[in-house]
Amino acid sequence: MDVAIIGIGMHPFGRTPARSGLQQGAYAARLALKDAGIEWRDIEFAFGGSASAGNADALGNELGLTGIPFINVANGCATGGSSLMTACSAIRSGAHDIGLVAGFDKHDRGAFNADPGDWGLGQWYGELGLMITTQFFAMKIQRYMHDYGISENTLARVAEKAFINGSLNPNAWRRTPVAVEDIAGAIMVNNPLTKYMFCSPSEGGVALVLCRADKAKHYCAKPVYLKSAVLKSRRYGSFEVFAPSQALQQAEGPTVDASRAAFEMAGVGPRDIDVIQLQDTESGAEVMHMAENGFCEHGEQEQLIQSGATRIGGSMPINTDGGCLANGEPIGASGLRQVYENVLQLRGEAGARQVPGNPQLGYTHVYGAPGISAVTILQR
Amino acid sequence: MSNRLPIAEGLFTWPAKKPALLGSRCDRCGIASFPAAQSCMACGSQEVTVEELPSRGTLWTWTVQQFMPKSPYNSGETPETFRPYGVGYLELPGGVRVEGRLTESDPRKLRVGMAMDVVFDTWRTEPNGDEIVSFFFQPVA
Ligand SMILES: [Zn+2]
Repeated sequence: MDVAIIGIGMHPFGRTPARSGLQQGAYAARLALKDAGIEWRDIEFAFGGSASAGNADALGNELGLTGIPFINVANGCATGGSSLMTACSAIRSGAHDIGLVAGFDKHDRGAFNADPGDWGLGQWYGELGLMITTQFFAMKIQRYMHDYGISENTLARVAEKAFINGSLNPNAWRRTPVAVEDIAGAIMVNNPLTKYMFCSPSEGGVALVLCRADKAKHYCAKPVYLKSAVLKSRRYGSFEVFAPSQALQQAEGPTVDASRAAFEMAGVGPRDIDVIQLQDTESGAEVMHMAENGFCEHGEQEQLIQSGATRIGGSMPINTDGGCLANGEPIGASGLRQVYENVLQLRGEAGARQVPGNPQLGYTHVYGAPGISAVTILQR
Repeated sequence: MSNRLPIAEGLFTWPAKKPALLGSRCDRCGIASFPAAQSCMACGSQEVTVEELPSRGTLWTWTVQQFMPKSPYNSGETPETFRPYGVGYLELPGGVRVEGRLTESDPRKLRVGMAMDVVFDTWRTEPNGDEIVSFFFQPVA
């Protein structure tokens, strides 16, 4: 049984002091239901999550208490991907015909701070100032630049593109283009990454209505089909965040594993994909994730990015909505934002940022601590 | 007289004339990890042996932390006295790559592949005068 996405809704990302995270989730859910042309009481089940804005099943208080099974999902950056994958299984199994997936969040300003105890680490690791995700990203790209000849200018180009795409997206947080020199010359956060090369914690909400593919046309003129939704965790030897030590022999990371499994499940390859959303918690992540997801060889990113291939209108448009860099990262909603964007693109409804040429296949990828990755492939 | 105490028990030999980082090595698959764990992260075996890790290695990757981290960071610094610090993974031959603070924080003096020693020094001084000792990676002179 295939699964279709028949309704999508989003609360704008950024900062909305007047609404709680939960209210932003409810806002997105109402839009998704309206988009599918159904009522909340038509929904048979729901999965959802937030990292900092409370239990997703409290959405019932906003939308109405209908007695459906509503499962709260907490899986870090892969919360949205995990909800989606599980909802997909619920429909494929035949247990349910139609359901809702929701993710929302509202974080404090500044970098995320994590407690070592929650990750099975000693307090010393945090006391010494090592429990910081931005350090990991900086060290991973630092080594990658050394190994594959990626330039600092290319890192700035990634952020430049994100803000250009964000300027075309009414739901984005950062909608003003920034000159590449200003990005490169901005205050350094973790060498080689400057302030503009990192995304910030933010707020927002996304909801999707899913149903059995054979009933999709009943609700929606342009259903988008979920060809694969895969979640993987790290194997021993992959270079991951929050690791006091790393193996001498490196293994492929969870992104590579999730990507391969998703392509296999969908029966397509990287060259077939028309629009791509990759986890870009910082500029370097987008560069490395291009190769880890199979869209190029290691090192080819330098030429691809410098030549504009990853821009809207390029041969492999990446992060067409501005990505995490322009939208910030409300953890519970971030992965679903990518799916929302691809559904818009595949419907041909992405407005000023529409990828030309009637895109048929879209790809989303999330990566998060402590080494998890979620990938989806959508087809119209 | 003040005490000199390790930042955590079991991270390195202490007190010792020449302290060393302590890792664990799996008796079954030979994989080492730091800090010493009760089971092997690669195969799950609980038959592991604690061993002293080498004191010299090469810098596998690095960055400089330019902003002061939030709690649980505990260095005794204030936002006014905070100084950026280097962080890196040191590849210890035959062992693992261990993450730690660098004694060098000037990005112009750091490069992948440079030789570094594991050194031990005072990390912070507690209000009661106790000195808390930790490990650092220092460029070989
Ligand atoms: Zn083992």
